[in-house]
Amino acid sequence: MIPTFIGRLQTRFFLVVFVALPWTLIVTPFLPGNRDAADGSVAADLYPVTLTALAIILVLGLVLWEPIYYFLQICRWEKDWPAMFFMIELIPEAILAWYVLKWIGPASDVATFSTFLWHIIPTWIIMWLFVLGPIKVLFIRWRFNGGRIFF
Amino acid sequence: MPASVVDMPDEPAAQVPGELTQELFDTDIWPDEMLTRAGIPIVDTTFVTCGGGMGSFVMTDYLRVAGVPTSQIRVLSNIDVPWQTYEYLTRVSQVPRPERLRSDSQGMPDCLWGFPSYALRESRKEKTLAPIWSVLTEPVFVDYWTPRAGTVFAGLEKEVRRIGYQDMLVRGQVRMVRRRAGGGYFTILTPPPGTSATKRVAYRSLHVHLSLGYPGLKFLPDLQKFRSDYPARAAQVVNAYEPHEQVYEALLQRPGRVLVRGGGIVASRVLQRLMEDRMNKGAQTQILHLFRTYVDGKHNKWMLSRRRGAYGFAFQGFNAPKSAWGGVHTEQLQKLEGDARKHLYELTGGAHTPYRRLWLKQMKQSREEGWYTTFQGEVVSVTPSPTGSILTEIKQRNGGQGVIDSDFIIDCTGLEADIREHRVWADLLDHTGIGRNPLGRVDVEISSEVRHARSGNGRMYASGSATYGGYFQGVDTFLGLQFTAQHIADDLASIGFGKHIGPRRSISNWWKWLRHKELAK
Repeated sequence: MIPTFIGRLQTRFFLVVFVALPWTLIVTPFLPGNRDAADGSVAADLYPVTLTALAIILVLGLVLWEPIYYFLQICRWEKDWPAMFFMIELIPEAILAWYVLKWIGPASDVATFSTFLWHIIPTWIIMWLFVLGPIKVLFIRWRFNGGRIFF
Repeated sequence: MPASVVDMPDEPAAQVPGELTQELFDTDIWPDEMLTRAGIPIVDTTFVTCGGGMGSFVMTDYLRVAGVPTSQIRVLSNIDVPWQTYEYLTRVSQVPRPERLRSDSQGMPDCLWGFPSYALRESRKEKTLAPIWSVLTEPVFVDYWTPRAGTVFAGLEKEVRRIGYQDMLVRGQVRMVRRRAGGGYFTILTPPPGTSATKRVAYRSLHVHLSLGYPGLKFLPDLQKFRSDYPARAAQVVNAYEPHEQVYEALLQRPGRVLVRGGGIVASRVLQRLMEDRMNKGAQTQILHLFRTYVDGKHNKWMLSRRRGAYGFAFQGFNAPKSAWGGVHTEQLQKLEGDARKHLYELTGGAHTPYRRLWLKQMKQSREEGWYTTFQGEVVSVTPSPTGSILTEIKQRNGGQGVIDSDFIIDCTGLEADIREHRVWADLLDHTGIGRNPLGRVDVEISSEVRHARSGNGRMYASGSATYGGYFQGVDTFLGLQFTAQHIADDLASIGFGKHIGPRRSISNWWKWLRHKELAK
């Protein structure tokens, strides 16, 4: 991948909203957690947590992580962002997102650390697979426009 | 050697009607009647692409996906299949079909989308996950993955059939392109002798695309001089882009010294061949390697980084930094004009080769065993010695002089001739008023439209090596041809030729491509 800064922001926005969000809506009811603690429906308890986690990934990504990655990227001669780097991004992002989620996220008796991991890791892998291929089929100009999609 | 590599002179003047007249030569913009007067038949079409190599093919591929029928496109070419010239050049410069090119996994001239990539294709064919692992971990754990030449050619064969390329192909030599009075262009084609009732045929089209390849490959001037001054010894001095198998064969038969000149990828490949002949086939070759610029360590600061280098070579994965195919580099370059643009080209261009662990290992071994020696210097003269060898006198940067004594010289510098060396470009420079970019080649817009060449509603576009020096640096690559073709197809769609390739058209065509479904004629 060879994103520009604006391309990074647009790609992140697209991936979270159009790939990760639908996936989260599907997968949330099936995530592990302390199911016995649920008052009513497990899903009703989990949705606020997973959606908040996703919002944190989006917002922190746009204001914090993407600028950092972009800085690191222009320290590389080729100014590229190898596929592997996208995958590695998950480690710092997930750690910070977990603490932010605990800090500002909704209280839930059901959601646990394993809920978070089982939500975030597959979601990230799906976003990663999406940029490796399908996004280029959907947006034929994406790869030549530094990851820009909307403008 | 395919005719496209060297511009063929006209056939001796046979008494065939339909020859170019003085009136046509002298007139910049041709009215239709002028051709009629000359007895040159006119063939109508909408889009003509001249060249018929990889650039023309990729262009037609985009237009076909954009819904243009084959009847509206004509490919004027002197080769039978688009990869003919390319395969020739790669083969003689030591990349036969099983060897790997210097091309990204997604630079797929047979697939607009670059997905599924060559790495996936080779994984399937060779039943191994190694290529996939490689593209996912490059360039940190492994070198940049690149496809085998054969993988690319096999894919092209399929796509040629799928888009109906042969239906659009017209054989012949393009002689010139002139603007037409009232808009559009005339492209003069010289069909192969005996295939046409007239010497020339004029293709009247609204748009023209020029993808003519290298204007010519040039020998280093001092080597050219040697070959013409001492013709009896000419066989000892070869260009890596001409057949030179005899050099390797001679070196296998008896010990010899060979001087390699140049620090680019072709030099790396030639070294690999020479070194493997020595390591595996028992050759006793002494390899001497002359760099004009000897790079040893990091150099050329660009933004927050510097390019790596070692043992004379500058390292860069591809022809330009990877971000030149639509990333940070492109974004920056599109804002630069004149000397500022030239400066960025100088920083990221020059002679460089990919960092490949195999090559570094071979060079290390050969240095340690004392049969590979590098030199830095400018060549002062090349002369024959009385003993049958060749003496290359060099002047080093520190002022020192030296003489390198070798039995053969292989020129790997890959100098390209000026665009004027190609008749079609020369004619356009003189009669259409096209200009030159900061690097002296054809001046094009971001859309790849040739500047100052518009004719009424018609537009002229160019792609490939002739446009190097423009707003986009990666022109002379597979991915670059797609980048350019996409810009051209978009520009044409905006004026009503072909449809805009939006998500729906893209997905449906990709699905057709995946199933090898032929496009409607």
